[in-house]
Amino acid sequence: METTQFLLLDLLKKPEEVSQKASLQSYLAALRRENVTEPVIFIGAGTCGLGAGAGKTLHAVKEFLAEKNLDARIIEVGCIGLCSSEPVMDIQLPGYNRISFEKVDAAKVPDILTGIFQLEVDKTHAMCQFPSIGNQSWEGVPSYMEHPFFKPQSRLVLKNCGIVDPVSIEEYIATGGYQSYLSLIRNKQPLEVCDMIEKSGLRGRGGGGFPTGKKWKFAFHTEAEQKYLICNADEGDPGAFMDRAVIEGDPHRLLEGMAIAAYGIGATKAYVYIRAEYPLAIERLNIALEQAKQYGLLGENIFDSGVNFSIKVKKGAGAFVCGEETALIHSIEGERGMPRPRPPFPAVSGLFHKPTIINNVETLANLPEIIALGVEHFASMGTDNSKGTKVFALSGKIALTGLVEVPMGTTLREVLFTIGGGIANDKKFKAVQIGGPSGGCITEENLDIQIDYESLIKVGAMMGSGGLVVMDEDTCMVDVAKFFMDFIQRESCGKCIPCREGTRRMLEILHTITHKPTDEAKYEPLERIKSVMQLEKLGKVIRETSLCGLGQTAPNPVLSTLRWFRHEYEEHIFDKNCSAGVCTELRTFKIDVEKCTGCMVCARKCPTEAIIGAKKVPHFIIEEKCISCGACADVCKFDAIDIF
Amino acid sequence: MTETMNINLEINNKQVTANKGETILEVCKRLGINIPTLCHIKETFPTGACRMCVVEHVNSGKLITSCSYPVEEGMKIMTHSNRVAESRKVIVELLLSNHPDDCLYCVRNMNCELQTLSADLGVRERRVMGVKNLKNLDHTGASLVRDPAKCILCGRCVDACDRIMGVNAIDFINRGSNAEIAVAFNKGLNTSSCINCGRCIMVCPTGALYEKNHYAQIMEALDNPKKHVVVQYAPSISVTMAEEIGLPAGTDVYGLLNASLRKMGFNTVFDGAFTADLTIMEEGSELIHRLTEGGQLPMFTSCCPAWVKYMEEFAPELLSHLSSAKSPMQMMGAMIKTYWAEKKGLDPHDIYSVGIMPCIAKKFEAQRSEMTRHGMSDVDAVLTTRELVGLLKIYGIDIHSLEPESVDSLMGQRSTAGKIFGAAGGVMEAAVRSAHKLVTGEEMSNLRIEALRGFAPVKRTTVRIGDIDLNIAAVNGLAGVKEIIEEVRSGKSDLHFIEVMACPGGCINGGGQPLTVNEENIRKRMASLYTIDATETIRTSHNNPEIQKIYDEYLGEPLSEKSHHLLHTHYEKRDVLI
Repeated sequence: METTQFLLLDLLKKPEEVSQKASLQSYLAALRRENVTEPVIFIGAGTCGLGAGAGKTLHAVKEFLAEKNLDARIIEVGCIGLCSSEPVMDIQLPGYNRISFEKVDAAKVPDILTGIFQLEVDKTHAMCQFPSIGNQSWEGVPSYMEHPFFKPQSRLVLKNCGIVDPVSIEEYIATGGYQSYLSLIRNKQPLEVCDMIEKSGLRGRGGGGFPTGKKWKFAFHTEAEQKYLICNADEGDPGAFMDRAVIEGDPHRLLEGMAIAAYGIGATKAYVYIRAEYPLAIERLNIALEQAKQYGLLGENIFDSGVNFSIKVKKGAGAFVCGEETALIHSIEGERGMPRPRPPFPAVSGLFHKPTIINNVETLANLPEIIALGVEHFASMGTDNSKGTKVFALSGKIALTGLVEVPMGTTLREVLFTIGGGIANDKKFKAVQIGGPSGGCITEENLDIQIDYESLIKVGAMMGSGGLVVMDEDTCMVDVAKFFMDFIQRESCGKCIPCREGTRRMLEILHTITHKPTDEAKYEPLERIKSVMQLEKLGKVIRETSLCGLGQTAPNPVLSTLRWFRHEYEEHIFDKNCSAGVCTELRTFKIDVEKCTGCMVCARKCPTEAIIGAKKVPHFIIEEKCISCGACADVCKFDAIDIF
Repeated sequence: MTETMNINLEINNKQVTANKGETILEVCKRLGINIPTLCHIKETFPTGACRMCVVEHVNSGKLITSCSYPVEEGMKIMTHSNRVAESRKVIVELLLSNHPDDCLYCVRNMNCELQTLSADLGVRERRVMGVKNLKNLDHTGASLVRDPAKCILCGRCVDACDRIMGVNAIDFINRGSNAEIAVAFNKGLNTSSCINCGRCIMVCPTGALYEKNHYAQIMEALDNPKKHVVVQYAPSISVTMAEEIGLPAGTDVYGLLNASLRKMGFNTVFDGAFTADLTIMEEGSELIHRLTEGGQLPMFTSCCPAWVKYMEEFAPELLSHLSSAKSPMQMMGAMIKTYWAEKKGLDPHDIYSVGIMPCIAKKFEAQRSEMTRHGMSDVDAVLTTRELVGLLKIYGIDIHSLEPESVDSLMGQRSTAGKIFGAAGGVMEAAVRSAHKLVTGEEMSNLRIEALRGFAPVKRTTVRIGDIDLNIAAVNGLAGVKEIIEEVRSGKSDLHFIEVMACPGGCINGGGQPLTVNEENIRKRMASLYTIDATETIRTSHNNPEIQKIYDEYLGEPLSEKSHHLLHTHYEKRDVLI
């Protein structure tokens, strides 16, 4: 361990002198596992993998090796991005390409391993292989680069995820890690770094899309004896998990990105504000922090540059609103996580009233690669105003779920249908919700727009953090709006009136529309259509007057579904019908006295005792008690229950 | 002023100039443009919670909060465009949509900011319907009632409790539409660190916070022929009720107050400033005793009951620094049921003693066990200035038709030193005047101590008394007391005597004063007290003839055994959650 450290430290200290040394080169190649001397088994053990059973798979692998008395190294890697194929297990035998198997639950382990050790590939589970010079390839197994899910992607941020050992700083260094940072602190002034990032065209990946370099300059130009950098890892959008995957799969990339950002703005202290619900990410982040300290990459006078930098991990208690910059700052300060009005902006007066830059995980994780590839290279990717790549989290009714990183400007159709494999179970596509609860839905007619910050806003959605929730024909859009509204009104901090009261009222209106009318007045379609008008009016005021981004974007799911799926609202209101069959509480149930035999089965089944009647006498449903669950209709053998 | 006006902007299509750092709201106020606010209070930083003060920022097309947004060069603002007006209206409608809507029964009917806003913004139709707030009253406090159902969560009370008082008894809990303001662990006020100062009531825009009302008991006593009802009023009362009865702020209504109290049926009327003088005699003597006999120094005043509870909770280890003298109200209460009862030949059980106070913490103080003897409270009920105005209405009294009357004798005469107790710094000024006499045997040449007057949070000065340089301080608003407490704790303080008034400005701005108060009126009240001081002849407590008489006839001398029994007490550490 010590000699390896010295080799790597030499590389970090004087890369020009030593990088061509043959001993170092072969050592780095070994670290990169271009060739291995013993079998290595990789288990995709991110949170998603563990959720799919990777823990059991890992256990089964260990049992198998013990039983067969075989030696092999086991490495727990992060998520490679194809969550629907979890658990993923890779095997690299000496002299052979690393091969990846999908959907490897514990029971499959013995067969797959027995086969591979006899150089036989279980074709039903083989996913792809990673070609490496000098290694033999597996016949009939596509290369990683040819796999339909990975082929169209351009991975900068996710480059190492699922491939490298996340808790090995040596492996990160061997793939070029920390060299971007060190070259900057040796050769560039902080302002030059801000300039470079501004020139690269990188924009905030947390949702707002503010030019990162420009934001840094506000903090750079504010004089203060202390400045702070905060990494916002409070990933809270339902259906977004890219930050978690980056931290679990490649924590050093984030640390290097933070070090670069801190150098640019002149911050010596930084916080990672991370959800406590991400225990694995926190664990790996802490290990990475310790390793970076050991190598002298964090701390005082880093590599004799005179630069100081330290990072603290701060766990958030799981409030969605704490992703908002000023609420997040309050939370770190120990206050209740509530936003405050801006100005002053955090870049001028933020954490402990000091200039503070808050960047999202993905933004920061982009930095090492921007420097390594060159600013121009990064700026050449993407569209005119949105450069580089974007990571999207695919979920919902799509064939392949997981993380996708594509250049800006890729069409949604390509992401959903080429990479994501289209809609699951041959259903029809209805819409995709982009940007989580703050975003909007995009319909078939807009699937061919090129993804960038501006074009999404034009169609009433937003980039957000990049969650893509796919919905098919069985999804009721009013119900979707209700889901997001419910989420937002619960997660609102409760400080400003439009957000706190307004979102609650909007939810109440959506509840009314999706439930059968409870009194005579509400039977009137006019009354019910009034509610929809009210939704639009409230939405406008909430958007315009709320204190923070959470409130300002809170009405988006409703306004967006109203814009594209107004007919579904109208159907709920006028016909009291939900064609997707989701809003079952809209239905009114009545017993046909001609058909009812008085068998009492429905009365016994009714969960709210809403059905009365004596034996052999036609029954009756008390409407006020009925919750429209439909249990009576399901059990009636005489088709005596009419549904309206 | 004009030469620093260096920012040019446009408000409602008119060019205006403003100072750098001013907010849009401040500039508009100066220009006479009225922008509604709900959460804003001047003493603290803007929280931007209510969004009522939004204005249109033409340059960006956004609505921004004028309370928090500083003016910028070239800014164009529209304060009352249709877009702004409609937004404000919808915000009020949202607040009303789940409000209990029981204005007719509400303590703040006709005096409610939400009601006024709703009327001013033209809300005349229920456009937004919501599920009503169903939350229970918190009746557990000694002085305060909280009605969370009427709370609009503007957060003013939280700010006042934190930033003005430094108590933090209340804060927001829960999120979203479940958010509410509560004490720790969402229990009752009785198990909180609340010091009953009532600052929260003073800033509350609705009926969510109000004092515990003592009308019923008092009216019953007034109606009972067997009860002899004695009333005392605090030094500040006569200058703080003017606005409520249609007179210019600060007018001294001393004579009318006496007359109206008798008209309502109070049998005997005493001026609390008399026992303020008595307090000076006792507290001043205690200070000199500590100075000469080597007692705990510095000594803190103990006449503010909110401050006393604060100390019991937050600085119990310093309680030996607190003067043992009771507050003027409690001294009066004790003297009424002993000295005066004896003089009049009354059974103390037949006396019903009422205090009219600028303060709701006095309600708490009156029921403290330290303030009872033989199971009998020295003061039976406390009315705030607000409640007094209400009682005048209940009894149908037109105060302007009355002829001024004077107070009753034995405990009615006061010096102006007792009167200036009502202003922050006044207790200290009065005490120094008498301490000088007690130590040197001579009157101070100039009784006015300018350094103790005014609204600064902490006022410090040194007064030469004989061969002692007396270092004194007056704290005005409890948030300022923290630095002094830290100083005393660390043992580094060179102070001898410290006056603490919980409310900014002192009792003239107490938590029981009328809610229509503003800063200008408080200044007028203070000026009025100092005018009284400047224009009368008896200006020191020790020269009050009735004070001299009470010592001659009954108490003997300050700190005598009788004084000790009746006029002094001691306080103990209080668990914050009990």
